Amino acid sequence: MQALKEILIVLLILLNFRLLGTSRLGACVQTVALQALVIGLLPLLGPNLPTPWIMAMMAAATLVKSVVLPGLVRRALRETGVVRELEPLMGYTLSILTGTGLLVLSHLAGRKLQLPTGGVDQLLVPVTLFTMLCGLFLIIARRKAITQVLGFLVLENGIYLFGIAFAVHEPWLVQTGVLLDVLAAVFVMGITIHQINREFDHIDTDRFSTFKD
Amino acid sequence: MVLPLIGLIVLLASAVVCGLSKRGDVLGPCAATIAGALAVFAGGQSLLTGASPTITLPIPLPFGAPRLEIDPLTAWFVIVIGMIGAMAAVYGHSYLSNQPRRTISLSWCWYNLLLAAMLLVVLARDGFFFLVFWEVMSLSSFFLVVHDHEKCGVVRAGWTYLIATHLGTAFLLVMFMLLGSPDSMDFVHFNPAVVPGGASLIFALALVGFGTKAGLVPLHVWLPEAHPVAPSHVSALMSGVMVKIGIYGLLRVLTFLGPPPSGWGWVMIFIGVVTGLTGVIFALVQHDLKRLLAYSTVENIGIIVLALGLGVLGIAAGNIVVATMGICAALLHTLNHALFKSLLFLGAGAVLHAAGTGRMDRLGGMLRYMPYTGAAFLVGAAAISALPPLNGFVSEFLVYAAAFHVMSVGASAWSGLIAVAAMALIGGLAVACFTKAFGIIFLGSPRSKTASQAREAPAGMRTAMILLALLCLGAGLGGPWLVGLVMPAISQLLPVSMSLNELQGIFHMLPWISYAGLGLLIGTALLLGLRAVLLRGREIRSGETWDCGYAAPSPRMQYSAASFVQPIGSMFAGLMRTRRRLQAPQGLFPTAARLETETPDFFVQSCFAPIVRGLARLAAAFRDLQQGRTHLCILYIVATLLLMLIWHLG
Amino acid sequence: MRWGLLHVLFALVSAPLLAGVINRTKAFFGGRHGPSFFQLYYDIFKLLRKDAVYSRTTSWIFRTAPPIELAAVLLALLFTPLGSTAAWLCFQGDLLLVVYALGLMRFMIISAALDTGSAFEGMGASREAQLSALAEVALLVALLAVAAFTKSFSLSAFAAQAWAAGLVWPANAILPLVSAALLVVLLAENARLPFDDPNTHLELTMIHEAMILDHCGVDLAFIEYGSALKMWILSAILVSMALPLRASSSLLNFATGLGAMVIVALLVGYIESVMARLRLIRTPQLLVTAGVLSFLAVMVAMR
Repeated sequence: MQALKEILIVLLILLNFRLLGTSRLGACVQTVALQALVIGLLPLLGPNLPTPWIMAMMAAATLVKSVVLPGLVRRALRETGVVRELEPLMGYTLSILTGTGLLVLSHLAGRKLQLPTGGVDQLLVPVTLFTMLCGLFLIIARRKAITQVLGFLVLENGIYLFGIAFAVHEPWLVQTGVLLDVLAAVFVMGITIHQINREFDHIDTDRFSTFKD
Repeated sequence: MVLPLIGLIVLLASAVVCGLSKRGDVLGPCAATIAGALAVFAGGQSLLTGASPTITLPIPLPFGAPRLEIDPLTAWFVIVIGMIGAMAAVYGHSYLSNQPRRTISLSWCWYNLLLAAMLLVVLARDGFFFLVFWEVMSLSSFFLVVHDHEKCGVVRAGWTYLIATHLGTAFLLVMFMLLGSPDSMDFVHFNPAVVPGGASLIFALALVGFGTKAGLVPLHVWLPEAHPVAPSHVSALMSGVMVKIGIYGLLRVLTFLGPPPSGWGWVMIFIGVVTGLTGVIFALVQHDLKRLLAYSTVENIGIIVLALGLGVLGIAAGNIVVATMGICAALLHTLNHALFKSLLFLGAGAVLHAAGTGRMDRLGGMLRYMPYTGAAFLVGAAAISALPPLNGFVSEFLVYAAAFHVMSVGASAWSGLIAVAAMALIGGLAVACFTKAFGIIFLGSPRSKTASQAREAPAGMRTAMILLALLCLGAGLGGPWLVGLVMPAISQLLPVSMSLNELQGIFHMLPWISYAGLGLLIGTALLLGLRAVLLRGREIRSGETWDCGYAAPSPRMQYSAASFVQPIGSMFAGLMRTRRRLQAPQGLFPTAARLETETPDFFVQSCFAPIVRGLARLAAAFRDLQQGRTHLCILYIVATLLLMLIWHLG
Repeated sequence: MRWGLLHVLFALVSAPLLAGVINRTKAFFGGRHGPSFFQLYYDIFKLLRKDAVYSRTTSWIFRTAPPIELAAVLLALLFTPLGSTAAWLCFQGDLLLVVYALGLMRFMIISAALDTGSAFEGMGASREAQLSALAEVALLVALLAVAAFTKSFSLSAFAAQAWAAGLVWPANAILPLVSAALLVVLLAENARLPFDDPNTHLELTMIHEAMILDHCGVDLAFIEYGSALKMWILSAILVSMALPLRASSSLLNFATGLGAMVIVALLVGYIESVMARLRLIRTPQLLVTAGVLSFLAVMVAMR
């Protein structure tokens, strides 16, 4: 079980790198969905299983994040007709290297926040931090509004993972609050993207600055 | 102790004679060669016997008599100085021969003075005299740098060097003042425990002061300016040896600072990695051969400091294997880099001498006109790329070995990962850099008329280069022997509890490298024989280069230095900020087009230039005070006096 | 020891066979019959009997480079294990010797390419220098990950000690990461498909084939054979790190090692059949990704 857990954690890191390294928005959405799924699986492998009620909550949350929300974003993609992020603010190779830097950073920070359990879980804290940082990085370094929504989702995945790591018995406390936030954010942004697209025929956020006065 | 003293006397006496007369063109190099040989001999003797003879010169001076000593650490550097000093002198004799005799004579005066000063710096055991000799070393090298002062940019480079080296010396001055006491500046009386701020302050001062001389990033900015403009044998001496005196200083300070905390190791690893990567990346995009070599010196200093950092980390963690390997790699790379870098600079000088330019895009195909120089340069290029069976591989192998062993130390494991990743990237880029340097200059066909009229270098220059190339090969095959030789110097830096005999066992893998190198040579010879046998009886024709059907390839169609590195350059575009001046082809039948690229130093552009501009602006603010009128000056004096009076009364 | 020597002899004889397997795999996917498994042998023997034409631009570097390259790759072969079969020669640090011997080979290939003064070969050399610099990082860091786990840095010891230390599929995340990184390095270093197209050398986008455009006869035979051996060495390293089986009998180990080599060749052929060549500006990114995978593997190993 521990071995499988380790592989899943490494998979999470790799998924983050995939997000940093790809320009295809479709692939990004898929990756975010997969990430949510992996995070949903993780508590099942833990040393102590959550109660059935919480398990059901988790299943619901995972379902929302790996199916419903990506579906919404996909619909936004279809409607706006955007396929690729062509000119990111930071190049993809450089993004991957920055990601490595963030990984090291989260590892160092994670040392301060060690879990009592030890073992594979030692990797868990750095990975949650790394996931959150990757989400923030996506929001900062990409132009398209859709990528920024995805960054937001990744950030939320990281926070949820943090909840699992630290409070496996009551992650839904963290969870439900954040989920509501995100749900609201996705709707707001979906509507915004739609509106922006209709008005200006593109969704590059940095071109808004021309309207600043 | 007698031998180095004789050598020093020979050097100083010849410096005086060269300075006063015109006859230095033979006397100077002879004296330098003899003194160099004596120094190598004395250093070898000290290392082999393990003795540390000391002598106090009977010269009454206000700060006491200078004490000189050859301990193993000093001996190792004495060997480096003597060997390269002698080779460069042999070379310099031919190199300078077409200049006016007075100029030559003066140049040898400074050369021999520099050599003597470097020897004295490593021999000195007294803070005061250390600084005096250090200053003599800096000044004499300054005069050597501005040797061709009539050429554009040389004097400016000289001033940059002078300012940088004095800033460094200022830190050393503070360091020695903190360490010493008014009664005695002798190294044996230094006690870092009484220093306010403790040993770490001393270490920081030493790192800045000696780091400026060694060319650690970001204090390296003078190095790629000053080293290329000096005459080539001086560049060889400065790049091969003088920067190492900075490393020596750092090592010497470490011997009297007591057990180092692991933080020092981390700092050195970090600086080493940054220096190494910056050096190699900027070396890659230089189009002037000597400038490229100067940046590559920065790279190699980075490797040395990285190795030293691993060693210090090993000492701090109590891991004897890592400690020994790291320090051994640093010392060995000091020697190895001295050998191949001076070889490369001498080769660059020969090209410069023959073709009149070091700009790669004007050269090409020089191997045909200069076979010996080309072959020696090839050996140097392969050695600096750390390829077996040459010497660069041995020392870089030890750096890797230290890094791999660090992985077992626990908390320091990260440093192993950083070191391996950095060394691998540096190594890969160095291969690119030196295939470019060798390939663009010596291979293909000449890109300009002057290049196609080049002739082989005269015998003196050839001899020095071939000897150095052989030494590179020898040091590559004789790794185990060299490690045995340097062992006493390593043990000086280790805590006393670690015994010498224990250490020898660490290097059991080195003989393998020698055997592998020999095997490589034998294998190559056999395969060359096989090739000759297979080609016997076959018809061998020559023709044009196959250019996919194009029948009239011209030298201008060759890949140039700039185009060769373009793919790598684009990866590091953010750091390098290469300036491009493009005159694109226009119209249906374009006539002329050109593209120029130039990469100024990142740290000059973004770090020092703003500071200097700020200083200049600050100074300009005071300009209004200075109107050039006498009565205004008197007004200032009176005002000052009045202010002082009021201050005194109040 | 004995088995290691057998491996060397086996590699010398059957290295060109890997190319045959790859080509037949590609032919199978393309619905063709494809060339014989032994095509590369025929090519090399044909080249050995040819006359030679040298460009007037070239110097002795061009003529001595192929033997040096072959000697370097032969040296690397002596230290390469095959799966659980230790190499004929091994010592602590032999992995560096292998990597740097391959570096010597690359140095000479690039030099010889620049010696012709052809724009195509200069282009190939320039790209080779870029890609191999990145590949070297991925390769060395990947090997560092295994070294960190086994506390040893000899290729042969990796295979032996990894098992003792519990580094086995699928119990550990290091192996998949290292294997993926090594596979990318294998493809890049041997000029295989996502990086370079081994089938053609007449386009501006080629790397390895462009560098050896001007070689002919015996020299080209040496280079082709050397490249085949390099393919064998890198595949053998991959097999040694990733082989999921270990038997008690040496014969069985050797046989599984060889079987795994064939599987690697099939895998390379499969990748070449289903993938298109990456755009040139994207290739460094793939290698950087391989480097990140290795980096991650070291992190997991250090835990």
